[in-house]
Amino acid sequence: MAIYSLKETKQPPQSQTKAVLWLKDNLFSSSSNIALTFVALYLIYLLLPPILNWTIFDANFDLTADNESCGREGACWSFINANLKMFIYGFYPQEELWRVNTMFGIIVALVAFGSFIKKSQYRAHYIIGSFLIYPVVAFVLLYGGLGLEIVETDKWGGLTLTIVVAAVGIVASFPLGILFALGRQSKMRIVRFISVVYIEFVRGVPLITILFMASVVLPLFFSAGMDFDKLLRALIGITLFQTAYIAEVVRGGLQAISKGQYEAADAAGLSFMQKTVLIILPQALKVSIPNIVGSFIALFKDTTLVLIIGLFDMLAIVGAATSNSSWLGRESEGYVFVAMVIWVILYSMSRYSKKLEVKFSTEHKN
Amino acid sequence: MSNTTDDRLCCDIIDIKGLNKWYGDFHALKEINLKVKEGEIIVVCGPSGSGKSTLIRCVNFLEKFQEGSIIVDGIELSDDVKKIRQVRSEVSMVFQHFNLFPHLSVIDNLTLAPIWVHHESKQEAREKALQLLDRVGIKDQAEKYPNQLSGGQQQRVAIARALCTSPKIMLFDEPTSALDPEMISEVLDVMVELAKEGITMICVTHEMGFAKKVADRIIFMDEGQIIEENKPDSFFNSPESDRLKLFLDQILSQ
Repeated sequence: MAIYSLKETKQPPQSQTKAVLWLKDNLFSSSSNIALTFVALYLIYLLLPPILNWTIFDANFDLTADNESCGREGACWSFINANLKMFIYGFYPQEELWRVNTMFGIIVALVAFGSFIKKSQYRAHYIIGSFLIYPVVAFVLLYGGLGLEIVETDKWGGLTLTIVVAAVGIVASFPLGILFALGRQSKMRIVRFISVVYIEFVRGVPLITILFMASVVLPLFFSAGMDFDKLLRALIGITLFQTAYIAEVVRGGLQAISKGQYEAADAAGLSFMQKTVLIILPQALKVSIPNIVGSFIALFKDTTLVLIIGLFDMLAIVGAATSNSSWLGRESEGYVFVAMVIWVILYSMSRYSKKLEVKFSTEHKN
Repeated sequence: MSNTTDDRLCCDIIDIKGLNKWYGDFHALKEINLKVKEGEIIVVCGPSGSGKSTLIRCVNFLEKFQEGSIIVDGIELSDDVKKIRQVRSEVSMVFQHFNLFPHLSVIDNLTLAPIWVHHESKQEAREKALQLLDRVGIKDQAEKYPNQLSGGQQQRVAIARALCTSPKIMLFDEPTSALDPEMISEVLDVMVELAKEGITMICVTHEMGFAKKVADRIIFMDEGQIIEENKPDSFFNSPESDRLKLFLDQILSQ
């Protein structure tokens, strides 16, 4: 028989600094890894200097320069400056731009106020109310009516159009996607059948096809005289497309919910609706956040495809701006700029999703 | 086999007649007949796969059955959703794996059914919930989330949640089987307290100490049927069927 005394807790031994350890673990852990590290370093050596030279060191930052005086050695950033309004607003009439700004301003205000009343018991009402009322306000501001001059949708463009298409796609597809996800899990055969057919059909077809169909086929269903707005067609097409993907993502979340949760909700006497809304969906949506945001990011990128059916989103504006004779040959600047803007937006989305994940994971770890 | 009544036991609150259930071709429950009187404490035991969980899960219709009838407090269970919900609002269940709602705090877990099913005010539900948490000894954890609690604490929360709707009947489905050994007694203590208060209980459990202490009747099941039922005394001291003798040998020799 032996009795042992309790040992003291000690710090782990540290022979090397953290940086060296990190290098060893991540870059030089095996011979193939070492080779890859050197290949990567060589590629960086090849690519980085020309990129930096073009965008920064040889570039002309004189924002008043025109196409001639700008030079051809590096980027000519005055091109962006000169066309900035077009990049942001498309062909929206000059004197009405305040309406677009107001629309964006209201969003910022809504979000700011929302985070200000985080603790309030009326926060849910506020969020739902915003989602119901804001689209109407935004539509009136952008399109006109109620005393505002009508601005036809073919004048909309640039970042504004990109955001409108993405936002409508996201906001409309989210509830629809949830319905189809629930439909696919339904005990009712017909509901399940319709959901499966819809989801599998849409997922098996590229977005371009759907956009073409929305733009060419959809009008056939309506009476001849009825003019069907091009943007509306694109919005419907994108929403239908995104719905199927959200449905699959949410279904993944639904499947992660254990049977015990359903049973506990049933045993407590909750109705089907109560069980779904109070117990199942909150958990399913939480687990699916990364995938939902991932799918929204994909959608945001896909919105650039609307240029195929003749809408001028931010990417299409590059072509429009460089076909202007005074800015010929500045596509590179345009595409780099658009890429940067889109990257900033998407990276923020993905950081935000990380934040949400961390926040929820403290509450919910099953 | 006696089915004698105490004075405090009055009327049948659960009446199961000719119950048969199949999972596909597997005959899970065979011709079960069982009456439970109001206030009675029943312990159901038996080897795993003997149908004991299935039986009590039929009582609140978590499991459908193909033949027979179950009448709970005068309501006959059928596919009628209204009746099922009516029964479920009077019958609470405690699960082996707790099945707390992980996205809700402890207090919200407790007040959910009172608010949404029994239409109590938030204030009222909250006060009652805090009382119950106090009774199971974890009032100070009310604002935490289930995953921040130990298994024993979670199961006590689950019991409090089940009590929150003032049920007439409590069903326990192996409430201590998923717990670490050192946490079993804290849950059993709560259940013993509960048993003293006259609520009708059906417990599926292997805790024979608990059964001896509080059960009015013990039911032994094997292969989907009730093999033997008796008062605790006779159940442990003079088992009649060979299966029960074998089972008791195995479980008590541990």
